Amino acid sequence: MSSSFRIVNGKVHDPANGIDGRIQDICVQDGKIVADVSPEARRIDVSGMVVMPGGIDMHCHIAGGKVNLARKLQPEDHRLDVHPRTPFTRSGTGGTVPSTFTTGYRYAMLGYTTAMEAAVAPMGARHVLEELNDTPILDKGYFMLLGDNLMLYKLLKEGRHEEFRQAVAWWFNAGKAYAPKLVNPGGGEPWKHRNSNVVNLDDEVDYFDISPRKIIEALTTTANDLGLPHPAHIHCNNLGIGGNYETTLNTMRTITGRRAHITHIQFHSYGGEFGGKPTSKAKDIAEYINAHPEVSADVGQVMFGHATGMTADAPLAWMLQSVSGNKWVNCDIENESGCGVVPIVYQDTNYVHALQWGIGLELFLLSDDPWRMVLSTDHPNGGSFLSYPKLIRLLMDRQFRNEQIRSVNQRAMKSTVLLDDLEREYTLQEIAIITRAAPARLLGLQEKGHLAPGADADITIYMESENKEEMFTTPRYVFKDGRLIIEDGEFRSDHEGRILHVAPDYDPAIEEVIRPFFEDYYTIEFANYAVGDEYLHRHQVVPTTDQ
Amino acid sequence: MSTETSSYIVENATCTFCGCVCDDMFLTVEGNRITKAKNACVLGKAWFAEHTVEDRPFALVEGKEASTAEAVEAAAEILAKARFPVVYGLSDTTCEAQRQAVAIADMIGANIDTTTSVCHGPTGMAFQGVGESTATLGEVKNRADLIIYWGGNPAESHPRHFTRYTLTPKGMFTPNGRKDRTVVLVDVRRTPSARAADIFVQVKPKTDFEVLWALRALVNDRYVSPSIEEETGVSLDTLRDLAERMKNCRYGVLFFGMGLTMTRGRHFNAGALLALATDLNQYTHFVAKPVRGHGNVTGADNVVTWQTGYPFAVNFSRGYPRFNPGEFTSVDLLARNEADAALIIASDPGSNFPHEAVAHMGRIPTIVLDPKRTYTTDLARVAFTTATYGINTGGTVYRMDDVPIPLRPAFPSPYPSDEEILKAIKARIRELLNLPETAIF
Repeated sequence: MSSSFRIVNGKVHDPANGIDGRIQDICVQDGKIVADVSPEARRIDVSGMVVMPGGIDMHCHIAGGKVNLARKLQPEDHRLDVHPRTPFTRSGTGGTVPSTFTTGYRYAMLGYTTAMEAAVAPMGARHVLEELNDTPILDKGYFMLLGDNLMLYKLLKEGRHEEFRQAVAWWFNAGKAYAPKLVNPGGGEPWKHRNSNVVNLDDEVDYFDISPRKIIEALTTTANDLGLPHPAHIHCNNLGIGGNYETTLNTMRTITGRRAHITHIQFHSYGGEFGGKPTSKAKDIAEYINAHPEVSADVGQVMFGHATGMTADAPLAWMLQSVSGNKWVNCDIENESGCGVVPIVYQDTNYVHALQWGIGLELFLLSDDPWRMVLSTDHPNGGSFLSYPKLIRLLMDRQFRNEQIRSVNQRAMKSTVLLDDLEREYTLQEIAIITRAAPARLLGLQEKGHLAPGADADITIYMESENKEEMFTTPRYVFKDGRLIIEDGEFRSDHEGRILHVAPDYDPAIEEVIRPFFEDYYTIEFANYAVGDEYLHRHQVVPTTDQ
Repeated sequence: MSTETSSYIVENATCTFCGCVCDDMFLTVEGNRITKAKNACVLGKAWFAEHTVEDRPFALVEGKEASTAEAVEAAAEILAKARFPVVYGLSDTTCEAQRQAVAIADMIGANIDTTTSVCHGPTGMAFQGVGESTATLGEVKNRADLIIYWGGNPAESHPRHFTRYTLTPKGMFTPNGRKDRTVVLVDVRRTPSARAADIFVQVKPKTDFEVLWALRALVNDRYVSPSIEEETGVSLDTLRDLAERMKNCRYGVLFFGMGLTMTRGRHFNAGALLALATDLNQYTHFVAKPVRGHGNVTGADNVVTWQTGYPFAVNFSRGYPRFNPGEFTSVDLLARNEADAALIIASDPGSNFPHEAVAHMGRIPTIVLDPKRTYTTDLARVAFTTATYGINTGGTVYRMDDVPIPLRPAFPSPYPSDEEILKAIKARIRELLNLPETAIF
């Protein structure tokens, strides 16, 4: 198979390099974008097509313990949506929680080439790495849950800040993770104490004499100090609760001066009385983010239809179970975290569901800076990643959007600004930002999300079409690491993507601080806890700012 | 092979005998045998002592000694030609080998099933119906003040479950260990595990479902007739007491065994227990967990699930995975004479499947991977001698609570690992079927 290509006559959208629809050649050699290739390189004429960097999903749930529980939970979801094998690709099943191979292939079929699993407890590091290794095509990494870590709580409670920093760095190396994740910080411990939760940022976390605010401050600061490529990735407290926008604003105020990413912010933008019927506060949230460049967010759009709630926010999953009566999985993970899983169906006639859908659209449309408000559905929490093309059409096609807005629960729409016929239509360039260039920049992946020489040759080429959903559903060509994976909409090759992880420096003396805690409270030996390199296979260490 | 002169200790080794997967073994190795296994229970000690390197042929093909390569060729030819091959076993090997086994099944359109289908398969089905509130074993150690075992005898089947994970260890919120906990055993007979319990509840055989359902009713403040005692052998007062203890504990756990899943009611029993644990979360924190048997049966569930979407009883004959226990479970499929070849990995169905199923395995070309001679190797057309996982090979196993644990091999074996053999078979089948070399998984 040819390893060098010259892609000619395509309309290139490469926002990171200021290229907005210019017709220019893209050359590929040995897995990278290059300035020029020899005349023998295969020439692909893409006249009438749009060339973008490969898509990057910076927040999704695709691998690891809770994902596998969600797969196991829903045979009905798989039976309706099978993925047959080919002579060179593996079979699998789909639904909202596809099997690993199907996950990789289906992302590739949408033109996505990188995805980040958003929440894994360190104890599950081996598990998530094994699954990611069975997720083809994509480059991938995972975010490590550190906001409910009792060893870190202990150090924080005792004011041992330097050891806290060293321990976080040790944990990244032990687990081969990419970024620090906080989920409902402080809420995991009360959940395990008779199903309680924290509500306010200054609530005391049972037995530990710390608060959600202290946890947020400590981990945000540490991520900044360690120079991690992606900062603290925060799922705020009170997800899904009416009136929670104040918690979200308070969280963002808490991180002032430090970089942080607030995830699936749609679920955290609700007004109304606390715990009561929600209303939209998308405007307040969007305005805050517009004015604060240190904060970035992904939307966490809700799409109507089947979804699976899966989260390290175990009290939230219990609430969803109580509301829906659906089958429910909970798993407490010793000293580190927990998780919950509940199948969900979002209905356009339902006030709350329609409101959630509407708030997501408002956030996209009211946000000034697409570099800091990127596309996600928190797959599969708000909907499957397979719904991204439809979401893109909602953003790009005002008429289509207005038709949809008029067809859903109108009481919910009245709580939003959507009935005002917002004029904004995302351009192809803005779509390239929120699905490629911005996620790459926010993740600190310098060789991704753009098409200048030196970048990874992860390229997606779409046939331009008026119907943006159709256009983004079936890319004509997809390159991964310079290999032609999809041609004329069909698979041509399988591919093993890389595990992306960080390895911040740490003082090995911290192990002697952590070890006694393991001996007292863990059930796995300290010596067997850290993950060896044999779990990495193809991988890339993304350097910190000091490395 | 090494001689008696070399003696060394392997620290923090992992015992793969049962689902406890204790990773605190100190193994003394002399030559090619383990002479001492510090921290191991009686079962673990036997496991380590008995897995030496025996002088066995590398393989047998049609009963004649053969090299591994010759056996790979024979196995690949059988599987490439088969129209309805079955792959079975997998619970006593590494996840790395399990991944290869599913890959082979996918490639040739086989049926794949694990020993889960004859132990906690009903739990898997119940899980699909009602979900599960569960926890890693460390949460039990650190928090649980009420521990109920139902339909199992861990004192004999999982000897360190009590001492390493559940009853006696001192944890974060259980500083006094056993004194901080109430322990209940529910079973149809008084087993040695009863000695470890504060309360023993004896249930009439085949009435576990009724007892569990009555408990659900009591927990949810519904009426239960006093006739429950006549039906189940358990008085209403005992049930009321148990229900109150469950509602009022701080962190409760229901462990359950095959006494629940392999008796009348099967997945209904497991479903009732899981639903009871869910109900109890209205009052307090409550979790449940099957006490899994084989060392890596939990890994098999995980690997088969992440690769196919289903935990066991998976069929690839249409080119994609389908799940249907009863149809695609190995016992049923073999007993109906449907399979025309079998690949058995690290399991001995010849010793424990029903007669019809075993007889059919003897009639069709059967391939077996096992470190030992077994009933199944005796009836096999191709039998590989393999290295023992955890003793001779590294890799990953999942503890009964889904926690992945690495293996530290104690000494090398001259025999290949399951993973190596399966990879070689896969590569050879690919050639025989003229599949493109671009396939990587």
